[in-house]
Amino acid sequence: MTGTDFNIILPEVVLSLYAMAALLFGVYTSKDKATGILTWATAAVLVALAVWIGLNGQGARTAFGGMFNDDPFARFAKVTVLLSAAAVLVMSQDYMARRGLARFEYPILVALATVGMMMMVSAGDLMALYVGLELQSLALYVVASIRRDSAKSTEAGLKYFVLGSMSSGLLLYGASLTYGYAGTTLFSGIISTLGHGMPLGLLFGLVFMLSALAFKVSAAPFHMWTPDVYEGSPTPVTAFFATAPKVAAMALFARLAHDAFGAAVKDWQQVVAVMALLSMFVGAVAAIGQKDIKRLMAYSSIAHMGYALLGLASGTAAGVQSMLIYMAIYVAMNIASFGFILSLERDGKPVTDIAALNQLSRKEPLKAMAVLVLMFSLAGVPPFLGFFAKYAVLTAAVQAGLTWLAIAGVVASVIGAFYYLRIVYFMYFGQEAEGVVSRMAAVQWVIFVAMVAFVAAGAAVQMFGIEGAAAVAAEALVR
Amino acid sequence: MVGLEHYLTVAAALFVIGIFGIFLNRKNVIVILMSIELMLLSVNINLVAFSSFLGDLVGQVFTMFVLTVAAAEAAIGLAILVSFFRTRGTIDVEDANVMKG
Repeated sequence: MTGTDFNIILPEVVLSLYAMAALLFGVYTSKDKATGILTWATAAVLVALAVWIGLNGQGARTAFGGMFNDDPFARFAKVTVLLSAAAVLVMSQDYMARRGLARFEYPILVALATVGMMMMVSAGDLMALYVGLELQSLALYVVASIRRDSAKSTEAGLKYFVLGSMSSGLLLYGASLTYGYAGTTLFSGIISTLGHGMPLGLLFGLVFMLSALAFKVSAAPFHMWTPDVYEGSPTPVTAFFATAPKVAAMALFARLAHDAFGAAVKDWQQVVAVMALLSMFVGAVAAIGQKDIKRLMAYSSIAHMGYALLGLASGTAAGVQSMLIYMAIYVAMNIASFGFILSLERDGKPVTDIAALNQLSRKEPLKAMAVLVLMFSLAGVPPFLGFFAKYAVLTAAVQAGLTWLAIAGVVASVIGAFYYLRIVYFMYFGQEAEGVVSRMAAVQWVIFVAMVAFVAAGAAVQMFGIEGAAAVAAEALVR
Repeated sequence: MVGLEHYLTVAAALFVIGIFGIFLNRKNVIVILMSIELMLLSVNINLVAFSSFLGDLVGQVFTMFVLTVAAAEAAIGLAILVSFFRTRGTIDVEDANVMKG
């Protein structure tokens, strides 16, 4: 334990200290009146850390005897996580304030969850992995039920808590078996044990841990909590759930699969491929009958996780690269979609019916056009970024010899296109809906427009170098 | 002589009881919290048994982390349960059904 170690974890330390100081500030000063300041301050700290991590990091370093990694992969995931958390935070401030949800704990909990996510993506040891994951999950259970007086929100929190704790239990059981049969909790130690073959105990440990992580990324067949939690939580919280934690959990998935079990790609490849296949189809088929737009987004995110897992299932550097690109684009599309969903209201009350979108194009032609771009992109229609994301994962899968899975992915994406296009249909050709307006605060509008512009035109500017950064990140992980 | 496999068997049995406690229990959310605790404690038995078997302290350090986090988790679970009870007036599992699924 030296100064160098602390130097490496400095961003995490800064964010944790900030969260604690903010908590004290909130408690000792004005309680909920400080929410506005705290939200902006938290977002500013998150963005500053993202810039710091993005610009400062060079090469790969480890701290605390290999327990903590600071490599291009971790930095890519951290920048994505930090920026999306900040965007969701400032975007939802207006909504929270108008619905009486402006509690000062919310930005602090988001900051703590983000510390957990940063730990997760940097973990180099089963203990670091567990503690990071729990720090994130515990904060998320609380924000899911932050609307204490709502039956839906508390039920969402309870369901999330029970299933999330159970998945933590599965993860721990797998971790204990892995520790027992590898003799170490360090990822570098596990991968060198695998050089002598795969004992049955390690295989069990791997399967338990992968199932637990599938819970966290909401991949089928462990997805059943997702629609209920997405529907029940307040919409800003849902927006948060759909973005940063997904990136972190997916990055953790990749890190565990490659850093700890990279010598046994054949053993986990089939498991991940089956999860990808199920998620793509469950997400595409189950979303068709949904009437609530938040439930629809839940199934949409299940399907998208399927595609990200499809990239990971390739087991190659190209696969990890395509997964990272996919996640970055997925986050951009989801931030914009939720920015729009947050803005829908009728008589000052939030609306989440899909029917509320009817004939939106008459009232809000520009927003309807932007949502059309988003839905086409989510469905994977060229020339929008969503298409390039899907193209990247499908190419990686084909190159790795998973052609059957890639074909299944294309079929699922055609099925999934139906419900995205149904939203567009409602907006342009639906029955007239009464009194629904789309109201955006200035900052929400700016983020919405920026993300839509990114999705619409990102391909023309080489995605602002995301592809190159993801390639470097993937090279660092898959050696 | 009690060997490693005995400890592993007990831990596996407790873990499975915990999982079944979550899925078969149709009555009370408190029982679910107890089942989760049972799962985490069975993991601790595993970790300590391995630690002693391998002559390596890391497992016991891990156990300390698990115990701490389990306490925090139980606290948060009970807090969520209290606010659930306030809005619904019941903590029966079957009544957690405002949303389908």
